[in-house]
Amino acid sequence: MTKHILIVDDSASIRQMVEVTLKSANYQVTLAQDGQDALDKCKVQRFDFVLTDQNMPRMDGLTLIKSLRAMSAFSKTPIIVLTTEASDDMKSRGKAAGATGWMVKPFDPKKLLDITSRVIG
Amino acid sequence: MSVEMSQFHQVFFEETQEHLQQLEQLLMALNISEPDSEDLNSIFRAAHSIKGGSGIFGFNALADVTHIMENLLDKARKGEFSLSIHAVDVLLSTTDTLGEILNSYRNELEIDWLKVTQAQGTLNELLADQIAGDADAADQGFGLFSESKANESEAFGFFNEPDALAEQAKSEDGFGLFVAEPIARPNDTTDPGFGLFDELLSESAVELMTPAPSVAMIRPSGAPADVKKAASTGSETTLRVEITKIDSLVNLSGELVITQSILAVIGAEVAGELGERLQTALLELERNTREVQDAVMSVRMLPVSSVFNRFPRMVRDLASKLDKKVDLIVEGGATEIDKGMIERLVDPLTHLVRNSLDHGIETAQQRLDLGKSEIGKLLLKAEQKGGNIVISISDDGAGLNREKILSKARQSGLDVADSPADEDVWPLIFAAGFSTATEVTDISGRGVGMDVVRRNIEALGGHVVIESKAGEGSIFRIQLPLTLAIVDGMCVSVGQQVFVLPLVHIVESIQPSLDQLKTLSNQQLLKVRGEYLPLLNLYQLMDQKPAHLTPDKGIVVLIETSKKRFGLCVDALVGQQQVVIKSLERHYRRVSGVSGATIMGDGSVALILDAESLALQVKTLDGVNK
Amino acid sequence: MINNDAQKSDHSNKIEEEEEFLSFVLGDENYALDIMSVKEIRGYESVTKIANAPTFVKGVLNLRGDIVPIVDLRMKFNIGQATYDEFTIVIMLNVNDRIVGVVVDAVSDVVKLSAKEILPPPEFGVSFDSLFLRGLATVEDKMVILVNIAALIGSDELGLIDLNNTAGQEL
Repeated sequence: MTKHILIVDDSASIRQMVEVTLKSANYQVTLAQDGQDALDKCKVQRFDFVLTDQNMPRMDGLTLIKSLRAMSAFSKTPIIVLTTEASDDMKSRGKAAGATGWMVKPFDPKKLLDITSRVIG
Repeated sequence: MSVEMSQFHQVFFEETQEHLQQLEQLLMALNISEPDSEDLNSIFRAAHSIKGGSGIFGFNALADVTHIMENLLDKARKGEFSLSIHAVDVLLSTTDTLGEILNSYRNELEIDWLKVTQAQGTLNELLADQIAGDADAADQGFGLFSESKANESEAFGFFNEPDALAEQAKSEDGFGLFVAEPIARPNDTTDPGFGLFDELLSESAVELMTPAPSVAMIRPSGAPADVKKAASTGSETTLRVEITKIDSLVNLSGELVITQSILAVIGAEVAGELGERLQTALLELERNTREVQDAVMSVRMLPVSSVFNRFPRMVRDLASKLDKKVDLIVEGGATEIDKGMIERLVDPLTHLVRNSLDHGIETAQQRLDLGKSEIGKLLLKAEQKGGNIVISISDDGAGLNREKILSKARQSGLDVADSPADEDVWPLIFAAGFSTATEVTDISGRGVGMDVVRRNIEALGGHVVIESKAGEGSIFRIQLPLTLAIVDGMCVSVGQQVFVLPLVHIVESIQPSLDQLKTLSNQQLLKVRGEYLPLLNLYQLMDQKPAHLTPDKGIVVLIETSKKRFGLCVDALVGQQQVVIKSLERHYRRVSGVSGATIMGDGSVALILDAESLALQVKTLDGVNK
Repeated sequence: MINNDAQKSDHSNKIEEEEEFLSFVLGDENYALDIMSVKEIRGYESVTKIANAPTFVKGVLNLRGDIVPIVDLRMKFNIGQATYDEFTIVIMLNVNDRIVGVVVDAVSDVVKLSAKEILPPPEFGVSFDSLFLRGLATVEDKMVILVNIAALIGSDELGLIDLNNTAGQEL
């Protein structure tokens, strides 16, 4: 069954790039432009994997993750947060919010596919 | 499989352009003493977004500079760095540099790496300055960068302990991969840039259920302000559309209006019950066509703020160059105008603003000597009035110099009355080649004269009106039609021809009685509700042979423009209809008194009258009213 | 791609590059203009008059959605009689993407002329200013005056184009 991934990022060019990359590997992709947009989509759909940027207008990544974890449909969904750096502080905040893991920006398509396949196959 | 990245570049360039504009605006509007935290967050995010994208797409020059900028702004929003005016200046000029670098990438030009290092250097200096003379602290400023560079090797990671992960994986489909994963060592710095927090999957799931209520109540941070600020990036779902697609929609909807009016003409000739049914349906079609056309037009409408945006910066820089103190107030940025007009307004507005700064507003000292406040005021305002958009540029400076203008006009051989009224003197500055500036300054004199300003505005179907008082200031009012292509008009006939009068200028139409008509020193007047209005004969203006020579046998259309009210005598009213404006200049040239032409239902051409220039034909009456 | 046969048969034409001209009549004189600028040929129809335009600018008409000015060269250059009947012709021209119609008495054939057949224009005795003339040619014993129609249409003389106007585009 095709895996469905939710990508959350306020940058259109990054969303586009991620979409094309993941679709080329036969994943189904839905895009959201900020945390609120993503949360709205999650209220009506399940996803197999959520990849979200941290810094976005309206609702940031960590807040989104906390909200998703409170929903039974997403309590166990793998969620990776895109971060600026992998400092201890950032990691602990990510963990506390409920993220499954992190990925530092900038990343390239190969890395993206790597982590995606590791997370959901 | 490899993904070709260049396909995303165009979107990235446009996006980055928007971020840079937003950065400039936010920095300009920042309250240094008490910066709004939401503003600081937005400023940070703009730089962060640029950094993220440029890193992914390999625009390293951009990434290198925004990296430091982002650090600085992150500290600023956390309260660890306070923004001084100098800091804002540096950030503004860095934004400019980023714009130049973006341009180089966009046009595939050589990157000026010297500029890049300079920009980095200035930003680093800013950071270093604030960190109080502590050698370690200063190092820390630089240490940050090397630290993050090292972090690139730890590009991602999983927090999971292998066992816990494996356990979790076994209980869910598709997670079997984790079992085999050797990477789950949380503190391993050789991890390739991502990581998983494994504790989450095992125990935290339960933990998180308890704080659920507070989680559920999480609202988007700073909701209203955020939404408002996010408006420019689109807090509602937006769609990027190529302008050519919209242009073709506009053309098609225009053609639809023409076809619908042709149908109306034919439909009127069908008699009987069939005719009635046809006419009812045609009326419905007219309503639908109107709605489609409104909807299509609104797609092309953009807020004027996209033109106004550049002025705070320009005024700030220009005022400081001229050593003048100026406060720019911008109002009505949300007023919408057609996109085609926006681009063509930039030059004339720029010229008028520069003119006010250069020749209008006095230096601080001069102002104090005159008893004025030290800081000059420049107001840039847009508002919708009736069927027009009015954009005004007003200043409280010296006003136009009547004597200088008159003497220059006479010198140039222009035909000027002996003692003209002020309102007839000001338009003289629009004469070609006219400039009273004793030296042409590079600020407002460079190649562009006021005549070009007026022509640009008139090419958009608009007018410029000037008000000025010596010592008090001037107001330049630009009137533009609301939409370019379609106008609601009243068709009138005189002689053999039909003309169209834009409805927006029409007050009413009357069939005057003889006792309402008077003549005073060769000027025909009409008495309407106690007021005497001057009359113009359309047959004279348009060189037609009228059916009736006296107004009482025909119709008088009462017209109101920005300055005058008058009556226009015509033979008859033909009907009200929406017409598509076609420009005469496409294949011919501008004709005075006419703002364009349209194709009527029967295929013939009707000229659309320009009420403002008709008004100019009305001679001023002295002491007639009251 | 070289087709030797075709080349041989066209050989004589290609050596002296020929241009095609549409010949027309004004009064009792014969003129011709470059066929490439001719968009179409129509009879004279009623136009919408433009006030304050020179008399030789008859007005504008609707040519399938384009609003096109119609000028009468007979009036402008005082050639023959400016009459309008069922034989009057309007040549619709496309010059630099502008469409203009010129009223003429009649149109004749399309002629091919090579450069060597075109003699320099005379300085005197011709109704048009030599600025607007490309030259003279003889076609079937008749003298034909070749008009530089692009120069004429764009000239200050006709004043069809506002040279100070920055706007030329339909919005």
